[in-house]
Amino acid sequence: MTAILRAVIHRDLILAWRRRSDVATAVLFFVIVASLFPLGIGAEPNLLRAIAPGVIWVAALLACMLSLTRMFASDHADGTLDQMLISSTPLGPIVVARVFAHWLVSGLPLVVLSPILALQFDLDQSLLGVLAVSLLLGTPVLSLVGAVGAALTLGLRGGGVLLALLVLPLYVPVLIIGAGALDAAASGLSALPYFLLLAALLVLAGAFTPWAIAAALRISAE
Amino acid sequence: MLETRDLAATRGDTTLFSGLGFSVAPGALLRVTGANGSGKTSLLRALCGLLMPSAGEVRWNGENVRALREEYWKHLAYVGHADALKDDLTVEENLTIACALAGLQVPASRAGDAIAGFGLAGRERLPARALSQGQRRRAALARLAVSEALPLWILDEPFAALDTLAVERVQSLVGEHLARGGMVVLTTHQEARIKAPTVTDINLDRQ
Repeated sequence: MTAILRAVIHRDLILAWRRRSDVATAVLFFVIVASLFPLGIGAEPNLLRAIAPGVIWVAALLACMLSLTRMFASDHADGTLDQMLISSTPLGPIVVARVFAHWLVSGLPLVVLSPILALQFDLDQSLLGVLAVSLLLGTPVLSLVGAVGAALTLGLRGGGVLLALLVLPLYVPVLIIGAGALDAAASGLSALPYFLLLAALLVLAGAFTPWAIAAALRISAE
Repeated sequence: MLETRDLAATRGDTTLFSGLGFSVAPGALLRVTGANGSGKTSLLRALCGLLMPSAGEVRWNGENVRALREEYWKHLAYVGHADALKDDLTVEENLTIACALAGLQVPASRAGDAIAGFGLAGRERLPARALSQGQRRRAALARLAVSEALPLWILDEPFAALDTLAVERVQSLVGEHLARGGMVVLTTHQEARIKAPTVTDINLDRQ
């Protein structure tokens, strides 16, 4: 079974590499949105510092949304999804492998880039690590929850907008806790409780969303 | 052994077929014919367990396939209407991932032979995007050449878009599979010349 999952992740990474521009679009979107705020608001260090956590987290949220529609759509169109549904490996683990691959190409780059973007907001150096860790724990949750929405809206006309309406409300807890970690750290408190909450959300999403995704994919295939 | 009992499927308000009961024993070929839109693909998808029949059930060795799930799917090779090829992957990579999903471990040399057997030698490294319609179909069907370990083959229009040489190749693969006790269900518009101990024909127009 691990061989199959490795093959699935390998396949998705090759596909992402051969469609580099698609991946780059989401990452560049994140960079540009997060950069527009300092430009628009002007050089007011205190204000920038205050809005930094929220702006960077919202930009990450939207960048994550951008790549969601692609998650199962092409597999659905070319029949590969059917082969996954009738694979000798249960669908749940296959779905986890696919979400993991999706996170590697669309979530991880945001984590890596976030400290650099934070410099534009004059964020204190000690907070850069907190920002990266909060995104490291939060973005996998975004990918998992987003995949449920992507599976549910598969093959629907205007699925993209519906996907946003479905998924964004579910992203709210992650946004609040993720940005809250930075606010806490900025005011001298420990960010650890927020990290633990994010980790708890990750465990919860990791445990339940694969079954929801699998069930939604089976319904879409009928 | 694959059996159906009182199988029915609907699309919207139309009943595609109903009361369908047949069995496919080892070494038997089931040919499904019918006009366009008569429900051939739906029947095949129901046999695969991809489509929930509106009535009746599909059984594999006496148990409902929707309850068996992976226990059934690990015996099944399904080549659907869509080729299940990724445009950005090469012919070889497409075959590798298809085999991996089916749970088959295929050495690279055998995969190469399977591709060459369908006249795609020298094109293994080409992305599927660069293939013609017929070549895509060949690349999708190449997995049959390494699927002898899977007893049940379900093939949706395997001869569509193929030239005579490739049609003969598919027919001989199906013939060999039946000879070693495999089961094959296929839909076709053509009069396929396949030698099999038992051939059952189902015409969905007469349902």
